[in-house]
Amino acid sequence: MLVIIFRRLGQSILVLFLVALISFLIFRYVGNPVDNLMGQEATLAQRAALEEALGLNDPFYKQYFSFVWNALNFDFGNSYRGALPVSDLIASRLPATIELALTSAIFALFFGVITGIYTAIRRGGYLANIILSTSLIGVSLPTFLIGVLLIWLFAVELKWLPSFGRGDVIQLGWWSTGFLTLSGIKSLILPSITLGLYQLTLIMRLTRSEMLEVMRQDYVRFAKALGLSPKQVNYKHALPNTLVPVVTIAGLQLGSIVAFAIVTETVFQWPGVGLLFINAVYFVDIPVMSAYLLLVGVLFVIINLFVDLLYLAIDPRLRDSNSSE
Amino acid sequence: MRRFLESDFLYDFLRAPVAIISFCVVSILVLSAIFAQFIAPTNPFDPASLELMNGFTPPMEPNMYTGEVFLLGTDDQGRDLFSAILYGLRISLFVGLMAVSLAMTMGVILGLIAGYVGGWLDNLIMRLADIQMTFPSILIAMLIFGVARGLLPPELRYEMAITVLIISIGLSEWVPFARTVRGSTMVEKEKEYIAAAQLIGLKKWQIMIRHILPNVLGPVLVIATITFALAIIAEATLSFLGVGAPRTEPSLGTLIRVGQDFLFSGEWWILLFPALTLLALALAVNLLGDWLRDTLNPRLK
Repeated sequence: MLVIIFRRLGQSILVLFLVALISFLIFRYVGNPVDNLMGQEATLAQRAALEEALGLNDPFYKQYFSFVWNALNFDFGNSYRGALPVSDLIASRLPATIELALTSAIFALFFGVITGIYTAIRRGGYLANIILSTSLIGVSLPTFLIGVLLIWLFAVELKWLPSFGRGDVIQLGWWSTGFLTLSGIKSLILPSITLGLYQLTLIMRLTRSEMLEVMRQDYVRFAKALGLSPKQVNYKHALPNTLVPVVTIAGLQLGSIVAFAIVTETVFQWPGVGLLFINAVYFVDIPVMSAYLLLVGVLFVIINLFVDLLYLAIDPRLRDSNSSE
Repeated sequence: MRRFLESDFLYDFLRAPVAIISFCVVSILVLSAIFAQFIAPTNPFDPASLELMNGFTPPMEPNMYTGEVFLLGTDDQGRDLFSAILYGLRISLFVGLMAVSLAMTMGVILGLIAGYVGGWLDNLIMRLADIQMTFPSILIAMLIFGVARGLLPPELRYEMAITVLIISIGLSEWVPFARTVRGSTMVEKEKEYIAAAQLIGLKKWQIMIRHILPNVLGPVLVIATITFALAIIAEATLSFLGVGAPRTEPSLGTLIRVGQDFLFSGEWWILLFPALTLLALALAVNLLGDWLRDTLNPRLK
């Protein structure tokens, strides 16, 4: 057991170093840092001095380790646009993305589980079939198209909800929150739906198939035979057993929510990390791109590690070290 | 031909209305993209054919200055939207097709090597695949696009945009191909005809390409169809975000991006028609891919 945990941990650290290596290669070799930091009129001597100061003449491994060391201290260099420290930029944008991601994850989990249970219990029913076929369209529809269509309907035609931005935010220390104002909450609705819709359909399908699987089990049949009401059977006996895999998958999806937030944030001009990244790609702002990659890499590795360890805790069969490969 | 007509495949196909409809939709879209210059009333990229006075003409209504009528209306520069969609469709399909071909070639070659040669090469390729699989492919495509832009001199960035787009989407989708091919290769490798081929002294690459490859291609085609739908959506997403096809060579995604700007001023058609085209294309290819998967290879379900 302990061996597996350590091996898994070792793998994660290896992946992290690889991700850091890729970020470093992008940071160091895509574009020329000196060109980007100095104007065209800089003399050769000034350039040489800056190269020396940035440590660009050091051997490769030394530069790599100082990059990793700086990253561990949240120092990612300065953005090429506006010359602000990348870590400040990211810190100011992070709350927006986290609030959006959390809201849409909760939205997707809540409605996904409810519709999943409904379509499983009312299998073959009229409304259940409609929900199922609509979800198929939802899966094929690109995220940005959902966002644009929602803006058109709710912001342009009906004028119920704002179409861009976060609304009014309140500063709590360095954290800016939109949860505490009415316009902040209103601004959150459309982006959360856009971002969560794909995950919602995924969770719904999963809940439905798990629920159907559980409802075939003997203990559910016995509970029915015992004369318990369908409500008690469905919610007290069947439901809890379907939720473990559902919650695990939902957790794994958190990573892809953060990734797809890039698209949603662009559609709604949501001032989060994703918008920062896409602008960095557009303007070739290398330090921001490399820092974003590193950040997302760390997040994904942590999520995957956590889920793997969770499986290990839940399912004893995986603990046999011989079958772990 | 006779073999095809009597096959189970055709029998199944003719009894699946969803598959028939999807196939028709895809065929119509592909044909109209191929023959765009004969169908389209104007060439949307020829500045000489554009009349600014025609700008913002609603669909099927005569323009208030020139009296011209356009089937789907015009955009801000007086470009006929129907023609723009046909040419945009062509770019979307072209990028999707090339990206899938790239992903397929790369995935099949790496999968064959990993499965047949094995050893540390197998380990290296599959660990790489594992790492790439932990990140969503759209993120990887964006990253490759950004890096490629950084490596290119600024004056080439627009010229090379389509090529860069194809490479970034292609590189982000090779993993499913490699995994499937590796799996089937490892099964095929143990069979007697491979042992026979080894005995008569064929070289490794000859065995891989001439003997194993034809026998592992079945599932590859199914994955290719599904990946094609993913590639089209990825292309549209990147172009919509402004990091894909430029406005001088607009794909459906670019057209939607342009259309979004006019949503608030009431010119809904500039957004709606490209969006519907993309939706029809993505949905039809997806459904066709699902059907192919269920019919040809129930194991992949």
